[in-house]
Amino acid sequence: MNAPATLLDKIWSAHEIVRRPDGTSLLWVDRHLVHEGSHHAFAKLAEREEKVAEPSLTFCVVDHYAPTRGRNGPMTPQIATMIETLRENAAAHGLTLFDLDDPRQGIVHVIGPEQGLTLPGLLINCGDSHTSTHGAFGALAFGIGATEVAHVLSTQTIWQKKPAAMRITVDGPLGPGVTAKDIALNWIARLGTGGAQGHAVEYAGSTIADLSMEGRMTLCNLSIEGGARFGMVAPDETTITYLKGRPFTPKDDAWTEAVDVWQHLVSDDDAAFDREVFFKAHEIAPTVTWGTSPEQAVPIDSAIPDPSQLADTKADAARGALDYMGLTAGQPIAGTPIDEVFIGSCTNGRIEDLRAAGAVLAGRKAKVPGLVSPGSAMIKAQAEEEGLDRIFSEAGLEWASAGCSMCVAMNGDHVAPGKRCASSTNRNFRGRQGRGARTHLMSPAMVAAAAVTGAIADVRPLLMGRAA
Amino acid sequence: MAGWNTHQGRAVLLPIDHIDTDQLIPARFMSVPRREGYGDYLLHDLRRDHEGELHPDFPLNRVSDASVLVSGHHFGSGSSREAAVYALVDAGIRVVIAPSFGDIFASNAVNNGLLPARIRAEDAALLAELLADNSGLAHIDLEALQIGVNGTHLPFVLDDGWRTKLINGWDDIDLTRQHETNISEFRKSRMQSAPWAQPAGAD
Repeated sequence: MNAPATLLDKIWSAHEIVRRPDGTSLLWVDRHLVHEGSHHAFAKLAEREEKVAEPSLTFCVVDHYAPTRGRNGPMTPQIATMIETLRENAAAHGLTLFDLDDPRQGIVHVIGPEQGLTLPGLLINCGDSHTSTHGAFGALAFGIGATEVAHVLSTQTIWQKKPAAMRITVDGPLGPGVTAKDIALNWIARLGTGGAQGHAVEYAGSTIADLSMEGRMTLCNLSIEGGARFGMVAPDETTITYLKGRPFTPKDDAWTEAVDVWQHLVSDDDAAFDREVFFKAHEIAPTVTWGTSPEQAVPIDSAIPDPSQLADTKADAARGALDYMGLTAGQPIAGTPIDEVFIGSCTNGRIEDLRAAGAVLAGRKAKVPGLVSPGSAMIKAQAEEEGLDRIFSEAGLEWASAGCSMCVAMNGDHVAPGKRCASSTNRNFRGRQGRGARTHLMSPAMVAAAAVTGAIADVRPLLMGRAA
Repeated sequence: MAGWNTHQGRAVLLPIDHIDTDQLIPARFMSVPRREGYGDYLLHDLRRDHEGELHPDFPLNRVSDASVLVSGHHFGSGSSREAAVYALVDAGIRVVIAPSFGDIFASNAVNNGLLPARIRAEDAALLAELLADNSGLAHIDLEALQIGVNGTHLPFVLDDGWRTKLINGWDDIDLTRQHETNISEFRKSRMQSAPWAQPAGAD
C-alpha cells in the first residue's frame, strides 16, 4: 500500500531520475518550449559546442518580439535580429519552429495547450515565468532561467528541489461578471505576492471544477504572481474534452492509455498538504489593481487603500506605488480615468477572453484608444469567424496579430510615460508596459468596461441583459 | 565560473520592497548580447532620468565600487529573465542580501556565482543601522553562513545544494553528465512505459 500522495507527489516521482543527498532531484523534462529570449541559452550551448539532446521534445515559437501591428511591414533591426536568431538556432538544431507566418504561431503558453503539446502528467519547462499556465492540465510546469534553459537543451533534464504542497480550495458559484482572473487577483491580494512562495499550488473545489480550461489556465498562469512557481488543477472530463483530437495529442491506443493514466492524476483523499487555504466564490467581486504589484488589488466597489491604515510592512510600498500611479489614497477605484486599454497576453488572450470583452463592447464605442491582440493566430482566425474582430473595430479598438505585445512591451507596442492603461495582462510592475506606464490589471470584461466608460468601472451593470 | 568561500566588499542599502526583475533590467535591453556587458542597464529606470543622466542621490550611484546589495522583501520577483542577474553581476555585485527572493531569480543568481543571502526581516533592519554607521564594508562567509559588519555577525539562510555550487563554482551541465547512465535508462523506461507522453507527429 502506497502512502497517500498529492498530485505533486505523483508527477514528481514519475520524473525523478536521481536525488542528491542535499534533497535536489534530477528530473526528466517531457516538453521544452523555447522563444526568442533563449538566445542566451543557445549562446551557452554554442560555447560548449553542444547539440540539443532531444529535438523532438523541444518546440520554438516567436512571441515576445513578434510584431502585432503591421506584421508584414518593416521591423526594427533589434526585433528582426531577435527573430532571425531564433530561426537560426531552430534550424541548426533541427527544432520545430512556429514562425511568424505559421498559422499555429502565438504566445507559447497559449499554443502549447492549443496544439496538444501540453498534457496531464508531463513535466514542462520554458524560459518564462508564466510556464505555470500549463499546470491547468495537471502537468508539472515551471519557468526557468537561461542557464537552466541551456541545461534542459543539452540534457533534457532539470535539477530541482521539491516544493511544499499547498492547496487553494474555492467553492460555490461565481457571481455574474466574475472570472478566473478575479479569483487569482483576490487570493494574491489576500495572501500577498510571497503568499505561496516555496509551494506548488493545487487548485481544488467546485468553483475550479466548474471553470473552463481557459479559466484554469488564467488561474495557473497567475500563480507565479503569488510567489508559487507551480499552479495545478487535476485533470478531469473538461481537460480530456479540451485535448481530444488536438494535433500533438496521443492517437488511438496511446490516447486510451493516456486517459487511463490521467484519471489517476489526482491527490489522494487522505493526502496531506503543507498548507491549505479556503475561499468562497460568492465573496469574490471583479477585482482591479491600484498599485505596482499584483497584491495591490481591491474589489471594484471599494476604495484605494490609505497607506497609514496598512501594516508597516506594506505602508512604504503602498506610498511608493500611489506616487508612481498618480493616485490618491481613500478615493474609490471606480471612476479613475484611463488613457487606453489592452486586451491580450498569456493570461487573458484566449477565445473565451475575447468573447467576454466582445459581449461588453458589442454595439458600444470605446472612449479611449486600445489594442486587442489574440493569444494565437488560431484564436485570431476563430475570433474573426465569430465576428469578434468587427465588434472590436466598430468600438474603435485596434485588432492586431498574436504575440506578447503590450504585456511586456518588447515588440514596440508600449504605453507612453505617465499614461494609464486598463490591461488584461499579468504584471503591473513599474515600467512593465513601457517606461513610466501605469497599469491596472483586470479581467478582459472589466477592460472592455473601462474602454466604454473611459474609466475604471464595474462591468456588472454593463452586462445586464447581455450574454456574458 | 569561479567558486568562492568568502567575500568582503562595500555594501549599498536599497531598502525597497518588491524590486522585481522588470526593474532590475527593463525588457528593452534584453536583446543585447551578453559579451557587451549588462552593468549599465542595472535598475536603469530608477537610476537614470529620461535623458539617461544618473540621479546623484540614488544609492547605487553614490558608491562606485559596491559589491554587496542590501534590499527589501521579494527581491527579484517576477519574470524569469536571467538578464536581471547579468545586470547585477556585470555591475560588480557579488551578494544580494534580502528577507526574501523570487524563486527563479535566486536560482539564476546561484547559476552565475551571485549569492542570494536570505536574512530575517529584523536582521535586515539591524544591518541597515550597522551599515549607516560605518565604512559600509560587509564580510560574507559562505561556510559559516554569516554576514559580518563592524564586528556584528548575522546569520543568513541558503539552500545546501546552492551553497555547494557557489563554493565549488560548479557547472550544472558537467554535474549532470556524471548521471549519463541514469538519464539514458530513465529515458528508455519513460518511452516504454508512457508512449503517450511523446508528441504525436514528432519524428
